[in-house]
Amino acid sequence: MTGERPVPVPPTNPETEPFWDATADGRLLLRSCADCKRVYHYPRRQCPECASTNTDWTEASGRGTVYSYTVTRRASEEYADATPYVLAYVELKEGPRMLTNIVDCDIERVEVDSRVEVVFDDTGSGRALPRFTLRVGD
Amino acid sequence: MSTQASARVAGIYEHPVREAPDTSTPQLHADVAAGALRDAGLTFDDVDGYVTAESPGVLSLADYLGLEGLSYVDSTDIGGASYVAHVGHAAAAIAAGRCDVVLITHAGRPRSIDYDPGHPRRNHPADAPEAGFEDPYGLSFVGLYALAARRHMHEYGTTSEQLAEIRVAASQHAQHNEHAMFQDPVTVADVVDSPLVSDPLHLLDCCVVSDGGGAIVVASSDVASDLSRPCPAVLGSGDAIKHHGGGALDLTDTGAVESGPKAFDDAGVTTDDIDYASIYDSFTITVLEAIEDLGFCEKGEGGEFVEGGTLQAPDGDLPFNTDGGGLCSNHPGNRGGVTKVIEAVRQLRGEANAEVQVPDCEIALAHGTGNSIGTRTGAATLILGADR
Ligand SMILES: [Zn+2]
Repeated sequence: MTGERPVPVPPTNPETEPFWDATADGRLLLRSCADCKRVYHYPRRQCPECASTNTDWTEASGRGTVYSYTVTRRASEEYADATPYVLAYVELKEGPRMLTNIVDCDIERVEVDSRVEVVFDDTGSGRALPRFTLRVGD
Repeated sequence: MSTQASARVAGIYEHPVREAPDTSTPQLHADVAAGALRDAGLTFDDVDGYVTAESPGVLSLADYLGLEGLSYVDSTDIGGASYVAHVGHAAAAIAAGRCDVVLITHAGRPRSIDYDPGHPRRNHPADAPEAGFEDPYGLSFVGLYALAARRHMHEYGTTSEQLAEIRVAASQHAQHNEHAMFQDPVTVADVVDSPLVSDPLHLLDCCVVSDGGGAIVVASSDVASDLSRPCPAVLGSGDAIKHHGGGALDLTDTGAVESGPKAFDDAGVTTDDIDYASIYDSFTITVLEAIEDLGFCEKGEGGEFVEGGTLQAPDGDLPFNTDGGGLCSNHPGNRGGVTKVIEAVRQLRGEANAEVQVPDCEIALAHGTGNSIGTRTGAATLILGADR
């Protein structure tokens, strides 16, 4: 991402507030189902796999790989002046694929299967936006 | 329940306008409604079912149009696929005896009201459960489809040049459509040399942004039998939605994997029987994945399939989007489902532009892909048969 990197304040609700509270401590939370063992994202009370409500928060490693990415070169609204920037699906080590941005790196080096790790961009409102950066070494 | 031939498409109308700065959107609904009813040889008084997915909603627009005595309404919204789905729903309602003449209208003015080259994502209320996990990241429709294209390329070796073949075919057809926004044929090189919008998608991989609309009249076979126009039969239909699945989304296929077989089973036909296909073309990748998912080729082989003029009418193996499609002609209100049905009906009536009319077109398919295959997408497949 070049120049000003927008950090929009995410809309939250009572169901998702613990996720956003954790971002202030630099922790990425996922939801885990005690019945079918599925780990999922975005967070919600009811398991999208088996409909159980026997689910809870679990902390993610923050590591994963790029499932797909695009360098966005024309954008609108708060991103209009932030091009080019990378929109991506990251497949977390725990399984879920999450929409995010790949930041703090040479965007030409981003590839499918690139190894990435989470970084947190402060929104200025007490919460942070989880994004990812290319991981070097092991 | 099969919808086989109990309902027919009696009238169609595509608004010729592509930019309508001085017309209200409801006025466009009225224009296309009148046009489709006139085409059918019916009047507003004959209508007892009304369907639209558009804001400000079916109540408001039925009021505006003065429709009374409605016994069937539907406002199903699965993005651009909606108007393909609506025809199947109308046919089922007719088969169930709920109504006899269903008017379906679509109109919109994105070019005049809020045209933005960055193609912002719309219709995403802040109270949507996913909003916090998507909106902050700078999503756009083209960006989300680009994610799908990138993954398809990664898994199957699909190339930008292969995607470009889809635009080339559409542009070959659009040169014969006097209303198309872009009427000049383009080459593969033109597409891949056009500016990247969100890689790997270029500007010419994207559909037009147009004002306008279209309407469809679906009537019972009894009503249709008294009309003088050829009325293609609704042979089969199928809807599906595909979503994020809690982070399990596979970007390389679409809801057509489910909607296609439902429609083919309903109609009792196979891909070999399809003489012409309208395939939703918000982006070139939308077409490529749908072709695979509908079974016209194996998964992953769409790139090879579209090479060599396969999609070009009248001689290609699978002539598609002979009006120029959303890529070159029209994508009214950012939703192209209605024009997909309309061109399929033109082909079955033998009323497509002469240079692209498929000879002896007996069975046509119209397929819609709505919203975004990068997150949540609607799919609707419709199979129509000629009235002979
Ligand atoms: Zn579960």
